[in-house]
Amino acid sequence: MFEYCANPDTLDGLAWLSCYLTTGKHLSFYTSFGTVLVLLAITAPVALGFGFGGAAMARSNVTPARWIGKTYIAIVRGVPDIAFFMFFVIALDQGFEYLRHQAFCPDWDQPIRQGNDFIVCSEAKLPLSTSPQWVHEIYGFFLAVLTFAIVFGAFAANVIFGAMNAVPKAQIETAGAYGMTRRQTFWRIIVPQMWVYALPGLSNLWMVLIKATPLLFLLGVEDIVYWARELGGTKHQRFTDYPHGDWRMWYFLVLLVFYLGFTKVSEAVLDRLMKRLSRGQATAGGEALRRAAA
Amino acid sequence: MKRLLGTALALSLSTGAAFADTVRLGTEGAYAPWNFLDDSGEVAGFERDLGDELCKRAALNCEWVTNDWDSIIPNLVSGNYDAIIAGMSITEDREKVIDFTQNYTPPDPSAYLALSDDVDLAGAVVAAQATTIQAAFVAGQGWTLVEFATPEETVAAVRNGEADAVLADKSFLDPFAGQDGLTMLSRMEQIGGGVGMGFRKSDTELRAKFDAAIQSMKDDGSLNELIAKWEVATQF
Repeated sequence: MFEYCANPDTLDGLAWLSCYLTTGKHLSFYTSFGTVLVLLAITAPVALGFGFGGAAMARSNVTPARWIGKTYIAIVRGVPDIAFFMFFVIALDQGFEYLRHQAFCPDWDQPIRQGNDFIVCSEAKLPLSTSPQWVHEIYGFFLAVLTFAIVFGAFAANVIFGAMNAVPKAQIETAGAYGMTRRQTFWRIIVPQMWVYALPGLSNLWMVLIKATPLLFLLGVEDIVYWARELGGTKHQRFTDYPHGDWRMWYFLVLLVFYLGFTKVSEAVLDRLMKRLSRGQATAGGEALRRAAA
Repeated sequence: MKRLLGTALALSLSTGAAFADTVRLGTEGAYAPWNFLDDSGEVAGFERDLGDELCKRAALNCEWVTNDWDSIIPNLVSGNYDAIIAGMSITEDREKVIDFTQNYTPPDPSAYLALSDDVDLAGAVVAAQATTIQAAFVAGQGWTLVEFATPEETVAAVRNGEADAVLADKSFLDPFAGQDGLTMLSRMEQIGGGVGMGFRKSDTELRAKFDAAIQSMKDDGSLNELIAKWEVATQF
């Protein structure tokens, strides 16, 4: 990075540290913070969408839709996360490749499953094996978002399902008395009011999601915990210009500060959101706001 | 869900391009001197040099990918990369799932690292990396085994007293010996059939190419030079 870094053996103190902290490896470490933030920024709304859809289906009066919604919630909540991240992703990836295989190589005569191997024609590979590494990384990232969204969507669906049921029944009956259809009641009465009931549960999920990102490495995405472990590990003279002992504790300390800071900020934002949603609600929080204003 | 799948498909359909012979090599990147990440974050080590040379001899265009050790075989058979070159010993159990080339290092003893010379292994807690020949060996002896996901953690476990000894390839433990009071036991274990590259069972053609390249490196002595350069094993 800096010119004086050409010969780190001769450096000490801050100069050494400034070189050490700007190696290519460290830059990857810093970038991975961005990866995690981008992942969260994309996953959270997508998971919320899955959750909303799942909840809406689970309370639908169309029987098959209700079944699908309930099954989705029950199955995903019941399967351990690690199993989901190890096997579901590989299955998902193979599913995509299978579809592409059917589309691109209709006259392929060999079986796709040969023992343990999963073989599709090279045109159906996803990403193509000729693609540069960044395409593979983006694809892995996309799989990660999708898997996270499906898993956390199921939990969110359960929270939102409960929140929808928590909207006072009298309001729904009143809506019916005013001649609103089921659909109108759903969009005009239930959805605007359920958020205040859903938020505590959803904020829990958000906190868990923040800390679940190390699962990313199971999907081949190199996240902050991977780099902290890699950088902190013992480095020997022979293999690096910056030999050091087991420094993992210091790197994990940095992660601790990052996670604590991030959850602190999240809490502040969620508190404000809760206040905003409580306005005019028939809940204890809403009542407190009304009293304070009066 | 449906729309997501749709966009995914559309995205993936549009990335079609020319097809060249690109071979993706999967490695762990945390097992110096075999394979590790250098200061700039690139894969380096004995297997980097070896793999690049083999690809040159086989006239293939190779690309390096790092993957967690735990899932390195499942990701090979599902096609995320085309070969494993990660200090993986040739064993019967693994050969049921994947195929190996001939070995590129001879069968070498595994060594123990401990805080004192007089560890009674039978009554001790022995650390090893999960799903390695060493872990299988310790379990087979009926000793107390603790497994870790990464090699680094196995050594750290001995350092902080969580385990009494660690069993791993001698070349991996060598740089640690003599540091922080760690000593290498004189007892060694002869396990494994040497280290080879792993391929999908259906990929016989690609495996044959690398097999031939390894043979040519054995024949002209360049493999021995590489082994000596990185001190990973005994020579052929």
